[in-house]
Amino acid sequence: MRGALMYELVHAGTDALIGEIIGLAKDVATIQVYEDTTGIAPGEPVERTGAPLSVELGPGLLGTVYDGIQRPLEVIRNEMGDFIIRGASLPALDREKKYAFTPVAEPDEKAVPGTVIGTVSEGRFVHRILVPHGIEGAFTSVAGTGKYSITDEIAGVLTAGGNEVPVTMIRRWPVRVARPFAEKLKPEDPLITGQRIIDSFFPIVKGGTAAVPGPFGAGKTVVQHQLAKWSDADIIVYVGCGERGNELADVLRQFPALTDPRSGTPLMDRTVLIGNTSNMPVAAREASVYTGITIAEYYRDMGYDVALMADSTSRWAEAMREISGRLEEMPGEHGYPAYLASRLAGFYERAGKVRVRGPSGSKGSVSVIGAVSPPGGDFSEPVTQNTLRVVRVFWALDADLAHARHFPAINWLSSYSLYPDDVQEWWRDHVGEEWSAMRRTMLTILQKESELEEIVHLVGQDVLPEDDKLSLHVAEIIRESFLIQSAFDSVDTFCPPEKQYHMMRLITDYAGYGKEAIGKGKSVADIASLPVANRLARLGSVANDTFTEYFEETEREMASAFGQNTGGRT
Amino acid sequence: MTSPAREYTSVVRVSGPLMVVSGVGDAAYGEVVEVRLPDGEKRLGQVLESRTDIAVIQVFGGTQDLDTDITSVRFTGEPLRMVVSPEILGRIFDGSAAPADGGGAVIPGKIMDISGSPINPTARAFPEDCIETGISAIDGMNTLVRGQKLPIFSGAGLPHSSLAAQIARQARVLRDHEEFAIVFGAMGITNEEARFFLNEFEETGALGHAVVFINRADDPAIERIITPRLALTAAEYLAFDLGMHVLVILQDITAYCEALREVSAARDEVPARRGYPGYMYTDLASIFERAGRIHGRNGSITQLPIISMPDDDITHPVPDLTGYITEGQIVLSRDLHRKGIYPPIDVLPSLSRLMSGGIGEGKTREDHGGVSDQLYAAYAKGRRLESLVTVIGEEGLSESDRRYLEFAARFETTFTGQGAAGGRTVDETLDAAWDLLRLFPAEDLNRIDTALIEKYLRRESP
Ligand SMILES: Nc1ncnc2c1ncn2[C@@H]1O[C@H](COP(=O)(O)OP(=O)(O)O)[C@@H](O)[C@H]1O
Ligand SMILES: [Mg+2]
Repeated sequence: MRGALMYELVHAGTDALIGEIIGLAKDVATIQVYEDTTGIAPGEPVERTGAPLSVELGPGLLGTVYDGIQRPLEVIRNEMGDFIIRGASLPALDREKKYAFTPVAEPDEKAVPGTVIGTVSEGRFVHRILVPHGIEGAFTSVAGTGKYSITDEIAGVLTAGGNEVPVTMIRRWPVRVARPFAEKLKPEDPLITGQRIIDSFFPIVKGGTAAVPGPFGAGKTVVQHQLAKWSDADIIVYVGCGERGNELADVLRQFPALTDPRSGTPLMDRTVLIGNTSNMPVAAREASVYTGITIAEYYRDMGYDVALMADSTSRWAEAMREISGRLEEMPGEHGYPAYLASRLAGFYERAGKVRVRGPSGSKGSVSVIGAVSPPGGDFSEPVTQNTLRVVRVFWALDADLAHARHFPAINWLSSYSLYPDDVQEWWRDHVGEEWSAMRRTMLTILQKESELEEIVHLVGQDVLPEDDKLSLHVAEIIRESFLIQSAFDSVDTFCPPEKQYHMMRLITDYAGYGKEAIGKGKSVADIASLPVANRLARLGSVANDTFTEYFEETEREMASAFGQNTGGRT
Repeated sequence: MTSPAREYTSVVRVSGPLMVVSGVGDAAYGEVVEVRLPDGEKRLGQVLESRTDIAVIQVFGGTQDLDTDITSVRFTGEPLRMVVSPEILGRIFDGSAAPADGGGAVIPGKIMDISGSPINPTARAFPEDCIETGISAIDGMNTLVRGQKLPIFSGAGLPHSSLAAQIARQARVLRDHEEFAIVFGAMGITNEEARFFLNEFEETGALGHAVVFINRADDPAIERIITPRLALTAAEYLAFDLGMHVLVILQDITAYCEALREVSAARDEVPARRGYPGYMYTDLASIFERAGRIHGRNGSITQLPIISMPDDDITHPVPDLTGYITEGQIVLSRDLHRKGIYPPIDVLPSLSRLMSGGIGEGKTREDHGGVSDQLYAAYAKGRRLESLVTVIGEEGLSESDRRYLEFAARFETTFTGQGAAGGRTVDETLDAAWDLLRLFPAEDLNRIDTALIEKYLRRESP
């Protein structure tokens, strides 16, 4: 195969299976095939396409389910039946569908990459059609308002070189290449997820990166699903990479039926699903995360905040390992190829908040949340370790918590986020002054609890002084009523930031009152037996639209129970 | 695969479960071969690797007695396929689907590729019909639903076989009461275990609606690579062609994985953990993901694979990768078994990921989710206190803590340890749970809705 290019797409064998060149040596090319290769024999033809593995970008991505190389799974099902038969070659975007186009640019105007040519609406979203990469010049024509398919010409550009280039609404982009932007910006707005332990303790930002490692059954997928459902990104790209078919079926069952609390439209309308399940071809699994992030960048470039979930990046890494093994490359740690670390870093590097290219100067972001599935739950393995080197938030899932059905099973002692300082201003401006202080107070109490527990394990609780007992008591309230948050509770599945803040306030006030009471000679047993302690137990399930009332009443009751008549902290 | 059959005698190497044939320019990956031994015996094999000059073949019947002179290999031009028809019900086959019950060959209804094809994820119907197994630790806290893959993690000498047989015997879909067809795929099980299952199926009359594939411990190890695929092909036929609800029991996945490891080692592949190949996750997924339901089709495949954990180690690659693929796991505990508790299910590491969709009002009972969470929380706390007590003694405990200790003990003996005879309905299981929860003051029951506590706590069990 002399003349073939590295990463070029090919059609392999008599069934024309899609593959990619991943190794070249003289005139022999090594091809990874994105489909089951059963039945292929030496001597069968290989046809080059001249182009690298690319995705189609344009209106029609939202609400769609693709496999790892962007073949539309619903269309495939309609054409080929319930089981996936190989050799399917179907376009990712509908060529027939007409979109109502509204021009923005005008003839003779300057056209540079990122210039908005016009818009179409994709559900509730304004889908901006931009001048593609590599084209610079002036518009010779821009289509008028009207209905166009994605392959219709909507503009013409006369380039500096004197070529007249027709422009349609469809773009192709090689998945392994990050899409360009003007400038990386410092992210500072939290990505609000409605999950208390995340937003209030270990926040992620719009444009940030997070990893969720944990043994099987600890809650990685539920965390990812919760974020896909409730986080306040505009667009969600969910990559089911080498995981269960039923988990995608679950998304497909729930998302169209659930409404986005912010827009009131079905969650599916803002979601692109990439599903390459564990029993689908491994090479396409390897490609799936790139397919996903390229689509995410495409919407970022229109000025949207996009969040991408990849469940699980370990399966992606294993796909790399499998392919590397077949290439007989020198294996590194645990058999992974030596380039594992750089591939992981390269992937997470594509996250970020940016100023997009072009005259609009818009800002957009891609947040990336990757699940990690360490063998045996051992975080010292290469994928977890190399991921931790590049991400800024670490939600460590803990088997013991999961076994006790403490969900989300995010361990509050070993998890961290590097963003709290960046987001405190947001909390101050949008919710309340004391977020940072209360957060620190609560984390300190939990830290204290773990230290005290070591003593309790040796000598029992009786010997502890009352204020230490109070720490244990409050820590239990923090765990039981603040940190535990069931994804299956119709109310508590999403906790708005204001409610989180108010819950923190009730708990920290309780701790403060308790401390005073102890100073006045009360015992923890006295405090714990106050009826108001019970009121703190079920704060999460108080309805999201009426919690203020209930919480304020609780606050008043607390004040009077502790013998004071002023609300608030002392 | 369309090439015609070709025959060669150019075996150049036999090593472990593999043989290499030279001069075959056009062997197709995955093509089935028929190996004829010097004494005329025929064995099944499959192409693992094909180059312009050689083909590497794994021989399912094992390579003993093969030679490089006379042994001949016929390339069939076909993938591995299997003949199915409604007649397979009631039949017993060996690990390569040859009749093992003295009956004749199956009259072809349909010929199916045993590797199957992945179900298009968009075609999957989410499983949500609760199966009542009669076992409280499962029904109450790790509910099985139709179309789920829920393995039993066990260890040598633990009663996983009785448990699997009991589930096969008792399993009913709530409100539907339709019986399951049973497909049993055995890989490397002892003669005694095989006899146990066959007797069980015969005595309960299950055999009439069962299909059995048995590869015994003394049968060729490499055959174990195809046995589960045969079983699942039969299951897919029954479920998706004939519309039956099928319960597939696969025992023992660990023996299957050892066969995979043997082939991988013979090919000098770089192993992942403990010698198992790096692609074992993908390979196991190609088995486990064949469970499920499909929109617009009546049948379903529910899988109950049995995994024996070497050294009772749940982090061993076989249970570990399994747990990452299956929709939960039922974990048997040697400690509970020693205490004489049957079934010795340790609920803490056990999980049914599909439980939440299969329970609750209109499905089982409104209090089901809360009760389960509360049992988990209380039992986990009780168990933590048990280990504490061994250090500081019971005197150091508060009155409340002592209740949790007592709860944990009673939970094991009465709730989990319900005994081998018969089963409980889901209602009976939940009532038994409330009997235990009555140990606690209502304020302690913070995982259950207050209205439900009101309703159930004071109600005496019937
Ligand atoms: N936030 C949560 N609320 C309620 N249940 C949860 C939550 N997170 C996890 N679970 C429970 O744990 C099970 C396993 O979670 P999952 O996310 O599938 O684990 P993983 O992906 O780590 O294997 C779920 O099926 C569910 O029962
Ligand atoms: Mg998961």
